[in-house]
Amino acid sequence: MIEVNRQGEVWVFAEQEDGKLSDVPLELLGKARELAGKLSVGVAGVLLGDGVAALAAELFAHGADKVYLVQDPVLAHYQAAGYSRVICGLIEQHKPQICLYGATPLGRDLAPTVASKMRCGLTADCTDLQIGDHKTPGTGEVHEKLMFQIRPAFGGNIIATIVNYDRWPQMATVREGVMPMPQPDRSRRGDLVECPAELDGLTLPLKIIEAHRRPKAVNLKAARIIVAGGAGVGSRENFRLVWDLANCLGAAVGGSRAAVDLGYVDHDHQVGQTGTTVRPALYVACGISGAVQHRAGMQESAKILAINSDPDAPIFSIAHYGVIGDLNDVIPRLIKTLRRGAGVAGAAS
Amino acid sequence: MAINCVVCVKQVPDTKRITGEAMKEDGTVNRGALPAVFNPEDLNALEAALEIRDRCGGAVSVVTMGPPAACEVLREALCRGADRAVLVTDRRAAASDTLATSYILACAVRKLSPDVVLCGRQAIDGDTAQVGPQLAEKLSMPLVTYVEELLDVREGLVLVKRNVGNGWEVAECTLPALLTVMDANMPRPPAARRIMKHKKARSPAEVAKAVSDAMADASRDEQAAEAQDRLAALAERGLLIEQWDLDDVEADLGWCGRDGSPTKVHRIQSVVLAGGEYREFPPTDTGIAELIGELIEDHTIG
Repeated sequence: MIEVNRQGEVWVFAEQEDGKLSDVPLELLGKARELAGKLSVGVAGVLLGDGVAALAAELFAHGADKVYLVQDPVLAHYQAAGYSRVICGLIEQHKPQICLYGATPLGRDLAPTVASKMRCGLTADCTDLQIGDHKTPGTGEVHEKLMFQIRPAFGGNIIATIVNYDRWPQMATVREGVMPMPQPDRSRRGDLVECPAELDGLTLPLKIIEAHRRPKAVNLKAARIIVAGGAGVGSRENFRLVWDLANCLGAAVGGSRAAVDLGYVDHDHQVGQTGTTVRPALYVACGISGAVQHRAGMQESAKILAINSDPDAPIFSIAHYGVIGDLNDVIPRLIKTLRRGAGVAGAAS
Repeated sequence: MAINCVVCVKQVPDTKRITGEAMKEDGTVNRGALPAVFNPEDLNALEAALEIRDRCGGAVSVVTMGPPAACEVLREALCRGADRAVLVTDRRAAASDTLATSYILACAVRKLSPDVVLCGRQAIDGDTAQVGPQLAEKLSMPLVTYVEELLDVREGLVLVKRNVGNGWEVAECTLPALLTVMDANMPRPPAARRIMKHKKARSPAEVAKAVSDAMADASRDEQAAEAQDRLAALAERGLLIEQWDLDDVEADLGWCGRDGSPTKVHRIQSVVLAGGEYREFPPTDTGIAELIGELIEDHTIG
């Protein structure tokens, strides 16, 4: 760990693959700016790879004041051993107060490895980050301006706020889509700080024999309307109703985790804390009870329409419109009315 | 070419059945008050270990860190095919976060000298997926996360298929190594004969309790002697769930429990559902038409 350093920067790990930045570090830069503003310090991106210097511009555009760039052939493809060693070296040298990572498969491999090496604290899958003071129960000691690491816990029955006041840096992972993407300002410039890799002849223990990347079947984040189905839909065959309604509305198809786990729809369509976080103009929840992890992924939708036969389903507490009924009856009625009705220009297909 | 596996497992609250007594005042979990289950992805990790034993021979040991009641999952693991079970339990380990937990587990796992350590990808209570990677770092073992399938295991080498989120990879790793395993294999059901035998497995704490219940009037020494006899008999039949405390695993107490945990709970809040504008429509043609009319009117659709 490093000592508490109030001059420390707020860092964002700039995850990239094959020379392309993931969305999540850009989203995190927006939040990092906000945190750094309250702490009166700067924001830095941490970019590792080989031949990736050009990506720094994108990081400056989204809010980084500085980019620490470390390049080496050993870092061309991610492995915990190389990346964690480099990042720990940077942390020891530059002593940031906060390090943020995307809670992607890579981030969830890297961040805990760094936290273990540094013996510092790490909170996973935060749904919000704030700055606040913490008083230790017992001693009454006050620790000011800590990063509050906020996340649902315990099957979503509680929201926990976690702090780390003495084993710095304070680290957190955040899922894609949770923080809104800042507007890039391509006139923004920053400091590019090139650092040597210092890998001391490290040999990487993993050898990648074969790699397959598959583009996602659906772009939920970009969809203006999403029609999502939950366990209440009942079967993969019956999910046809969700697809049909989505087609009528020109919408993307989503699913709750339960629906994905039950095989009604593929994982690419999952909305929720462990899926994708979305903010469409309209979210139609069909047969979705509205567990907190699902709500975490869609509660900022502009309008929410819930269709459920259970009047006590939690989804109704956040819905703007509700129909209490059997989706097998309600969805066909919606489709019929939409197809027949005037004004739904070009939406039916 | 025997390959010895250690599987780290966890007894977790069944997070679908939470009651009001779930949390203590200080924000930590009141594990005693909840129905508990074998963490689902740890079953997948155990299955992967059994597959390795099928192919290569060797022993499968299962370790858990938890309160005394956690020996329940070890008993289940023995029924499911594990050869050896170790419970790491100590009051001084309570309130450990993932860093402290991985430190304590590392101390225990080191004593078992495994070729492969297997963990479930994540536990359903914390959902952090942090202990596996942190344990690998503390054991100085290479880390292979998100393992879906074991393709080959040879002397000094393992070949796996892993899920990288937007695709998959086939990766080869030198041994010893730590694998975190996803819900992608089919845990074999425990064989009836194994259940019949291993349901009788007991930890020293359970034996001590049974003896003190059965021999309430006997002296301490008599009870201790009886317990010793019972433990020896269990051990001989492969039915002893070993029990280690923080001194047995040579842990530095400064890295355990609350003191060893950099992350602290600032506050816990019950989930409050925000109300707002809400309008209900009946599931009739008229109701639906009205709903659509409103959606069109505020330009949400159309």
